[in-house]
Amino acid sequence: MAHIKLLNEQLPGIVGLLDYRKETGYQLSALAELLLRGDSTLSSGEREIIASYVSHNNNCHFCHTSHGAAAAAHLNKGPEFIDDIKHDFQTTPISAKLRALLNIAEHVRQNGKKVTDADIQAARNEGATDREIHDTVMIAAAFSMYNRYVDGLDTWAPPENEAYMPMGERLAKEGYLSF
Amino acid sequence: MPHIPLNENLPGITGILNYRTDTALPIRQLTQILLRGESSLSEGERELIATIVSHGNECRFCTAAHTAAANILLGESETTEQVKYHLNDAPVSDKMKSLLVIARAVGISGRNVTPAMIQSAKDNNATDREIHDTVLIAALFSLYNRLVDGLASITPADPAFYESLAVILKDKGYLPSENRYASLKAINEPA
Repeated sequence: MAHIKLLNEQLPGIVGLLDYRKETGYQLSALAELLLRGDSTLSSGEREIIASYVSHNNNCHFCHTSHGAAAAAHLNKGPEFIDDIKHDFQTTPISAKLRALLNIAEHVRQNGKKVTDADIQAARNEGATDREIHDTVMIAAAFSMYNRYVDGLDTWAPPENEAYMPMGERLAKEGYLSF
Repeated sequence: MPHIPLNENLPGITGILNYRTDTALPIRQLTQILLRGESSLSEGERELIATIVSHGNECRFCTAAHTAAANILLGESETTEQVKYHLNDAPVSDKMKSLLVIARAVGISGRNVTPAMIQSAKDNNATDREIHDTVLIAALFSLYNRLVDGLASITPADPAFYESLAVILKDKGYLPSENRYASLKAINEPA
């Protein structure tokens, strides 16, 4: 049970919150749409991986699993991919550039000041552009917000990966403004 | 030195929101709704939420800017000082104090908000909407603090910079506008 009385208690995680106050919900959805599905040299799959990875490290089950499911949909993978995100991609190869960006994202997640010049240089060495670095920091910062919103109000979240796969498909194909 | 090339006349968050304006817009609109939109919490009270979270994250730029904004809106500077350093003794209502406790917890992690904190807020007549907005404002500043420091943006040393920025926040709010930062130009210098 969430800390506040939602309009529709059947809606999980952030979905119930976007419904609770629609004015702010619209802006939160619009931001996610631009960040994760807008124009970028990073694929949506890569960007959803960053979101899911940050959310896992913030212990936000709902956000980690839903964005992991979206990443899986973009990359044509199954629900076990979500667990691979938790385990630092031991099974699925990811590019050295994405690894360097994930390192930046993790430092942003902890506290912006933890991002070092060496972190940035490592990403540049793998070909990351200014815009890709900006977007990585922005995604990590945004998910530091979304995770706190979802868990700060103690919203409910289905436990199992499989429950999130249809949502992942919808996020990948129709996006964040389709809710 | 910022990690990406930012306009050097626009320190802190100002240059970052100028770097990519399409994503900046929903962030600005969200901020305008939450901090200046219709609410049973005053604008000054809501700036205190921004201040306590930014202080907890040790984001000097955001803390200075929102301290200055709260001071203008509240008409004094004692409250922000107490909120940051002695929350228990701060001259705010019990309701506001209990909401600031929640905000401070959110700043660390959503999971740091306890049922006891929520009950205390409700016992002090906080509404669901006030609790919702407190959590979301605290979450939003968790985003801002990370942007400002994550990109190593410039934090001006001169307090006059933050006084000017606070006047802009009070008079113009958070939405983009032409020449929004014109009054800052003469003042900013790096820390």
